[in-house]
Amino acid sequence: MSANAIPGFTCPAPLATRDTVLLGHGSGGKLSGELVRDIFLPAFANPELAQLNDQAVVTIGGARIAITTDTFVIRPLFFPGGDIGSLAVHGTVNDLAVGGAQPLFLSAAFIIEEGFSMDELRRIVQSMQGAARAAGVQIVTGDTKVVEHGKGDGLFINTTGIGLVPAGCVLSADRARAGDRILINGSIGEHGIAILAQREGLEFESTIESDCAALHSLCAQVLQASSEVRCLRDLTRGGLSSALNEIAAQSRIGIELDESAIDVREQVRGACEMLGLDPLYVANEGKLIAIVAPDAAEDVLAAMRSHPLGRNSEIIGTVTESHPNLVTMKTSLGTARIVDMLAGDQLPRIC
Amino acid sequence: MKYLDEYRDGVIARALAQDIAAIATRHWVIMEICGGQTHTIMRYGIDELLPSNIELVHGPGCPVCVTPIETIDKAVALAMQRDVTLVSYGDMLRVPGSHSDLFRAKARGADVRIAYSPTEALRIARANPTRKVVFLAVGFETTAPANAMTVWQAKRESLTNFSMLASHVLVPPAIRALLSSPGNRIQGFIAPGHVCTVVGYREYDDLAREFSIPIVVGGFEPVDLLEAIHMLAHQLELGTACVQNQYARSVSYQGNLPAQQILQEVFEVTDQKWRGIGEIAQSGMRFRPEYADYDANRLFDLDLISADEPAECISALVLQGQRKPIECPAFAKRCTPETPLGAPMVSSEGACAAYYRYRRHAVAASQESR
Repeated sequence: MSANAIPGFTCPAPLATRDTVLLGHGSGGKLSGELVRDIFLPAFANPELAQLNDQAVVTIGGARIAITTDTFVIRPLFFPGGDIGSLAVHGTVNDLAVGGAQPLFLSAAFIIEEGFSMDELRRIVQSMQGAARAAGVQIVTGDTKVVEHGKGDGLFINTTGIGLVPAGCVLSADRARAGDRILINGSIGEHGIAILAQREGLEFESTIESDCAALHSLCAQVLQASSEVRCLRDLTRGGLSSALNEIAAQSRIGIELDESAIDVREQVRGACEMLGLDPLYVANEGKLIAIVAPDAAEDVLAAMRSHPLGRNSEIIGTVTESHPNLVTMKTSLGTARIVDMLAGDQLPRIC
Repeated sequence: MKYLDEYRDGVIARALAQDIAAIATRHWVIMEICGGQTHTIMRYGIDELLPSNIELVHGPGCPVCVTPIETIDKAVALAMQRDVTLVSYGDMLRVPGSHSDLFRAKARGADVRIAYSPTEALRIARANPTRKVVFLAVGFETTAPANAMTVWQAKRESLTNFSMLASHVLVPPAIRALLSSPGNRIQGFIAPGHVCTVVGYREYDDLAREFSIPIVVGGFEPVDLLEAIHMLAHQLELGTACVQNQYARSVSYQGNLPAQQILQEVFEVTDQKWRGIGEIAQSGMRFRPEYADYDANRLFDLDLISADEPAECISALVLQGQRKPIECPAFAKRCTPETPLGAPMVSSEGACAAYYRYRRHAVAASQESR
């Protein structure tokens, strides 16, 4: 019997400093990072995982396969601009696409609470199929579990996806270099505010729609425009700030943003002001950032702007050698401030 | 966006900062009372724009920070009772009590919910008649009227499963306490615009006269604060001590009379403990006897709770403007937003959190250059 089979030696996870899992551990902020670093990484340690990208790229029989998985626990299940079904497809397609992969196949696993409406389930599944068809992927396998009433929140969906990465395409969060430019494909915060408005019954003059979209063809267009793209990342929970902070930490570089270049639509701004939220931390589901070598930035920007999902693309910042691991932003007053990673979820202010 | 863009305009802000530099001939110490104002100062780097002889110190106006630790402990203890649903504002959930916080209580199975308004707690109470719904109500004169209104409404509906764990504080007595302190260095105040929107600024006239100190009611955007500082610098140079209203688009002399009425109806003024500072006479609000049935402190047996602050935390000095957060040896080392030693590091309006979130790069750079 090998040493690996002895119970207690197979999982070298050290004890976490916190005795219970908090909601903040699922926020995509610092607490989530802590959970990954302290619990999962030591247990599963391998070089692919250590990259900490949104997808792993593995080589099988000479082919470079990207693989990723994501679980969707959103409430409400239906929201302006999408639903849990389309989101479950887009989220996984996007995680593949930002790895440079052409998304091909998805699995779908459903955890359904007893008593869930069959009609709603049907609508969600149809929405998934519509999103999959539009993204050019097929849902080829799946699983269903039903849990007792009260033991789930209606419906949870997990999707896992695989795609093919072309030879020579290496995108990773540890590849940003001083001088690189940071590009984004449009305004931020729409998904998070659409969900919050729906959940809390907040009403605005016109409905704020989620930006939920599949970004695979935009990614392909970016990669076609230049071979000097270092990293792509879709912005999800934790918003723009979390994605940039992760890249700054993994590449050991600093990032300087220009507040005036970051677009926040009027309604999202209004809602954020009212609720005391910072749009930099609000979730998106159809936005990505591209870290691009300085000489290639204008070409990539032009390519992004020629795509329907990138018409409002902008260069929003620069990678710098100074202040490694830190993201700063030039404010409208010309001063600099830190754009920190939040510990947990962003909480509405008291007054 | 109207009322935002023009008050965040870099050209106007820099011009104001230059004007301040031109008129300020001596060193002046100015305190902004409200945590929201501290937050703006740090977020926009307003202190970087100002000349070095204008020193800003940060006041105790963060409702989360000054809520007594006993109140947090009581809220946690209440939340752990099986028949209680505890409702509060989001940023109260992370505030450390003596042994735990509401997020941890929630993780251990307590029914803790985040609300955007106290009336949501009423809705929960109506929908769940078998649950005892308690709203943890903290805050200054700003949040108190909505809390009073909620209790008034609960009484009108004769709701029997709703109560409030209230810890309200008042600004003018705190200013009086700060100015009476032997270590006081403050020469001018930026009064809190939102508080004055509710209660007006008549009381501040008395303070300005009594202590011969200029006070400017200020707003919360960068240009608001720079304008307020400009008005204060002007008064300080002239040697005048009166109350001026910079935030006139929101604040009137009388304030919001219906809001004041509902406050009077439900609450009466009492002595109040402030976390980090101690007891300040006549600086809090308690339920009037007619509303005692909605006082969670009375309904639940909570008197046995006593609490201890971490010894290393200097929040008392920070909240009184006697120390800057970066002068604390634990700042950004043993005390961070993830592992806070005191409330000012937790709340989004706390001075320590504002320094940590927006300015620790500058702090690190200045320490290296020393």
